Amino acid sequence: MDIVVRNLSKRFGNFQAIDDVSFAIPGGQLVALLGPSGSGKSTILRAIAGLETPDSGTIELVGEEATNLPTQKRGIGFVFQHFALFRHMTVQQNVAFGLEIQKHPKAEVQERVQELLKLVQMTNFADRYPLQLSGGQRQRVALARALAPKPKVLLLDEPFGALDAKVRDELRVWLRRLHDESHVTSLFVTHDQQEAFEVCDQVVVLNHGKIEQIGPPQELYERPASPFVTEFLGQVNILRPETILGMQLDNERPLPVRLPGTPGGSIYVRPHDLVISREPNGLPGWPARIKRLTPLGWLARVELILPDSTPVHVQITQANSLELGLENGLDVYVRPRDLKVFEESSKAATAINYVI
Amino acid sequence: MSSTVAERRTSLSGKLLRWSCLLYLGIVLVFPLGGVVVKAVSAGPSKIWAEVTNPFAWHAIMLSLGTAVVMVLISVFTGTATAWVLARYEFPGKGLVNALVDLPFAVPTIVTGLMLVALFGPTSTLGVVLSGFGTPVIYEQSGIVLALLFVCFPFVVRSVQPVLENLDPAEEEAAATMGASRWMIFRRVTLPALFPSIVSGAGLSFSRALGEFGSVVMVAGNRPMSTKTAPLYVYGEVEGFNMEGALAVSLVLLTCSLLSMIAASKWAERQG
Repeated sequence: MDIVVRNLSKRFGNFQAIDDVSFAIPGGQLVALLGPSGSGKSTILRAIAGLETPDSGTIELVGEEATNLPTQKRGIGFVFQHFALFRHMTVQQNVAFGLEIQKHPKAEVQERVQELLKLVQMTNFADRYPLQLSGGQRQRVALARALAPKPKVLLLDEPFGALDAKVRDELRVWLRRLHDESHVTSLFVTHDQQEAFEVCDQVVVLNHGKIEQIGPPQELYERPASPFVTEFLGQVNILRPETILGMQLDNERPLPVRLPGTPGGSIYVRPHDLVISREPNGLPGWPARIKRLTPLGWLARVELILPDSTPVHVQITQANSLELGLENGLDVYVRPRDLKVFEESSKAATAINYVI
Repeated sequence: MSSTVAERRTSLSGKLLRWSCLLYLGIVLVFPLGGVVVKAVSAGPSKIWAEVTNPFAWHAIMLSLGTAVVMVLISVFTGTATAWVLARYEFPGKGLVNALVDLPFAVPTIVTGLMLVALFGPTSTLGVVLSGFGTPVIYEQSGIVLALLFVCFPFVVRSVQPVLENLDPAEEEAAATMGASRWMIFRRVTLPALFPSIVSGAGLSFSRALGEFGSVVMVAGNRPMSTKTAPLYVYGEVEGFNMEGALAVSLVLLTCSLLSMIAASKWAERQG
C-alpha cells in the first residue's frame, strides 16, 4: 500500500471539509478521488501532499509515517489545476527545477530533462516560456516537472479542469498511457465521472467530506452503494414508490413480483435500462406518452410522461428509435430492465437490484 | 460591441474629447517642460556645461544623486518587506497600516520636514542624544536621506503589493513539493516574479527623490558643498538672479529623473 490515509479529518471554520476518511491505495495504481465541489477531495489530496494540515488522522506514504513530515520531505509530485509553472523560467528550467533543488549533478539533470521532455512530447518547446504555450502544453510541462525528481507518488489536483473539452479528452488518454509506462502510484482528483472512469483503476467517491464508496469504475456503476453514488455516476431517473406500485403488467394483470415500495425510499432506473415498445408484450411496465424525442447522433433521448405524470428519460439507439417509428406525442409502453432500490430504513446503504 | 470602436473613432464628441485631452496635457505638462529645456539650451552648451561643473552645482547634483541612491537601496528592502507583510499576513489593524502607507503622499512635504526637525532637531531630546553619540541627523546628509525615506516610502510598497497579492500560491507550493526550502522558494520563485515591480518602484522613488524640495529644505540646513541638494541649489540660484545656473542644474535633474523612470519601466516591461 503506497498511500494509506487513516481517520483523516479537517475543518475550516464551520465547514467540515474532511470527515473521518480512511483509505489505502496499492502501489502502481492510478486512483481517482471523485466528488462534487466541496466534497473534500482536493483537501484530502493537499493533506497527503502536506500543503494542508489535517486536524486529526494519519498519512502514510510508501510505508513511511508522513503525517508530520513537511511537504519538502514527502517525495511527492504534485500537478495543479492551473499548471503553476514558474513563469520566469523556460520549459527546460521548469522541468530541471526539482532536480536542481535536490542537487543532482548537472549532466544528470540535463539528461533527465531531455528524457522527460521527450516523454511529454515537448522537446521542441524547451526554450519557450509558459506564457508562450497552450493550456494542454503547459499541463504536459507541469507533469514532466512533477515526474522529473522521480516522486514516490504523483498527486494530480483536477489536472484537466482548466482545459477545453477536446484537449481534455486527448490528455486523459495520454495520461493513462504515461501511467502504464511509468507505474508511479497516482492519486487523481476530479469532479468529472467520465474522466475518473476513463483513466483510473479505482475510484473513491466522496460526498460531504465522507467516502461513499470505493471500487473499480464498472463496479461502482453497476452496484452503487448509496443513492448519492447512483445519482452522481451517470444519468438516472428517480421514481416515487407510488409510481412503482402503479406499475402493472401491460396486459392489466397484477404484478407477479412484489417490490418493496417503502415510502421515503429511493428508486432509480438508468435511462438505458428502460425499454420502449409500441405494443404490449405482457411484461411489467407502464403505458407512457412521448413528450419529446431528441436524436443525439447515434443515440436518441426520449422524454416520456408516465400515467401518474412522472417524467422519465430513456436512452435508446437512434437506429432503434427509427425502427420503432417514434415521434413526439406517440403513446408507447415502457418497461424497466433494472431497478436500484434503496430503503431509507436500512442504515447500511445497500442497493437492492431488481433485474426484471 | 465590435462596431463601437469604429463609431468612437469617427464621432465628433470623441474627436473633441481626444483633442481637448491632448491640449490639456500640452499646456500642463509638455509646455513648461519644453520651456525649461529650450531656455537652458538657448544659453549655449558651453555655458550650461560651465554652470553644471561649477563645484557648488556639481556637489549639489552629486549629493542629490547620492542621497537618492542610498534612499532607494533602503526603500527596496523596507518597501518589499512591508508589501510582503500586507499581502501575506492577517493581523488586527491591517486596514489601518495599509492606509498609513499612503500617508507620505497626503502629508505636505514641508510638514514632513517640520516633523523631522521637531523630532530629531538639535533642541529635541532625541536630537540631543544623537548628537551625544556624534551622529546628529538634522542639518546633516543623513537627515536628507531620512526625509527622502519618508516621502518616497509608498512607491515600492504600492508597486510590489498588488503583484504579490496576485501571485498564484500554487507556484510556491509546487516548488515546495519538489523539495525547495522556504528560502529557496523565495529566492528562486517569488523574488524573480516580484523583481520587475521592485525595480519599477525603485525607479519611481528615485526620480521623485531627485526633485524633493519641501522636506529637504527643512532638514538639510542648506549648507553649500555639504547639505545643499540640487533642488535647493536651483532655488538659491533663482533667488540670486543666476537664471542660467538654475536652468542648467534643472536640466540635469530633469534628464536624470526621466531617464530613471524610462529605464525602470522599460526594464520592468522586458522582464514582465
